[in-house]
Amino acid sequence: MEQTPLPGIGVRHDLVTSSGRTVGVVSHRNGRRDLVLYDVDDPDSSLASIPLTDDEAEALADVLGASLMLGQLAGLRQQAAGLLTEQIALPAGSPFVGRRLGDTQARSRTTSSIVAVLRDREVIASPGPEFRFEANDVVVAVGTRHGLDGVTAILAGDDDG
Amino acid sequence: MEHHTTILLIEIGALLFGLGMLGRLGRRFGLSPIPLYLLAGLAFGQGGLVSLRASTEFTAVGAQIGVVLLLVMLGLEYSADELVGNLRSAAPAGLIDMLLNALPGAAFALLLGWDWKAALVLAGITWVSSSGVIAKVLGDLGRVGNRETPVILSVLVIEDLAMAFYLPVVTAVLAGLGLASGLSTLSVAVVTVVAVLVVAIRYGGEISRFMSVKDPEALLLSVLGLTLFIAGVAGELKVSEAVGAFLVGIAISGPVAHHATQMLTPLRDLFAAVFFVFFGLSTNPADIPPVLLPALGLAVLTMLTKVLTGYLAARRAGIALPGRVRAGLALMPRGEFSVVIAGLAVAYGVDSRLAPLATAYVLITVVTGPLLARLPDYAWFKEIIRKRMAAQRAAQKPLPSME
Repeated sequence: MEQTPLPGIGVRHDLVTSSGRTVGVVSHRNGRRDLVLYDVDDPDSSLASIPLTDDEAEALADVLGASLMLGQLAGLRQQAAGLLTEQIALPAGSPFVGRRLGDTQARSRTTSSIVAVLRDREVIASPGPEFRFEANDVVVAVGTRHGLDGVTAILAGDDDG
Repeated sequence: MEHHTTILLIEIGALLFGLGMLGRLGRRFGLSPIPLYLLAGLAFGQGGLVSLRASTEFTAVGAQIGVVLLLVMLGLEYSADELVGNLRSAAPAGLIDMLLNALPGAAFALLLGWDWKAALVLAGITWVSSSGVIAKVLGDLGRVGNRETPVILSVLVIEDLAMAFYLPVVTAVLAGLGLASGLSTLSVAVVTVVAVLVVAIRYGGEISRFMSVKDPEALLLSVLGLTLFIAGVAGELKVSEAVGAFLVGIAISGPVAHHATQMLTPLRDLFAAVFFVFFGLSTNPADIPPVLLPALGLAVLTMLTKVLTGYLAARRAGIALPGRVRAGLALMPRGEFSVVIAGLAVAYGVDSRLAPLATAYVLITVVTGPLLARLPDYAWFKEIIRKRMAAQRAAQKPLPSME
């Protein structure tokens, strides 16, 4: 990622992808942001410059950031056969809403790990035992089939083990 | 007295309304309002269609404030860090720019048989591109994200900073203080500019914190007051009002600068319009036809040198041929600064042909510049560039095989 100051305007960040294309973001000092795509034949020239509002930029960043996170998890799953990744929505009536992650004792009870929590389109990576769940959280867990079913049960509160 | 005031209101009202209509018309054709304001001034001045008499004093004072506001806004756009950082990286480009564009202006004046003072003024007029017009053109053509744009911007920044040294020298020379005292004001200017930059970088936060952002009215009055005061003091010291205002703009940073920009913009638009009209007013339209041909020649010559400047500056930055051409063509328009410099010359009574020449020159470059800047977007132009690049590649290829 290369950063270039634009005196009087703001700053430009750009990136040459492995496929040889250049994409950039011009951040204007007044808060405006433009997503810029560059020409293949003439990489100095922008083909399109798309102004993004705060909300649009945030949504785009979330999608790119979250898919990256999940992509990494998918890679992990391929490396270790038998290991699965699952997104488990915290049920509305879960006893853990408002309680700490450590209280679930998920890892010691099921040998599965909670590696991330998705909240309001945001990814909270590797939450610690002090992390507090909220309603509508989605938990990303890694483990064996049996272990993941255990996590689902614990979070739902119908685990008697 | 009563009667005079009402006539004044009528004249100013009609003038501003007319300018507003002109500006709207210009925008429809993608034209900068600067040439339209100059033409309006020509039409209403001495020897023009209608002569405005009651408001002469107002436009004269308004024009002064216009220059100060143009410059303080320019200063507000840049932070001290940006200026210093740019100076380091783009100083050679700035030097090329000065040599290629100021020298032809000076030589041209001497060729016309003018004295060296007029040559110094004309050098400034042909040197400085219009940052306002160029920034607008880049935005309109969607080129802000282009990789040659930082090159264009840094040339503009260096020109603007160079004005902080050029204007004091010109002011002193025109005031008849001689070259020696011109150089002494230059040293004063250098010390002041460096001091302001250092203070702005070190203590910019404190200065800006002193002026609260929360009270917009107080902020407007304090920033405007400070600017006019410093500009006045700088003018008294013969360092030029414009430079004083520019330095105030640089010293103010952060949220205060952001808010001040928003509040001063409408004021700047108003008084800058008055300034351009005033400059047009002080030129007699009948003086223009005799200098039209020299102005055209000078415009063609210095527009070509600007293209060369942009080409070389972009090549230094590792930009490919199409980008170099775009950078060169974008730099052509001259505007507000050229008029400010010519205005100084008029105020001190340099060669009477200078003002009409400068008017015609700015009109030509500011109208044709933005139009020519669009050239690289046309398909036939791209085709020519592509062929040139293919030819270059073909010429370069055999070299390795010969070794």
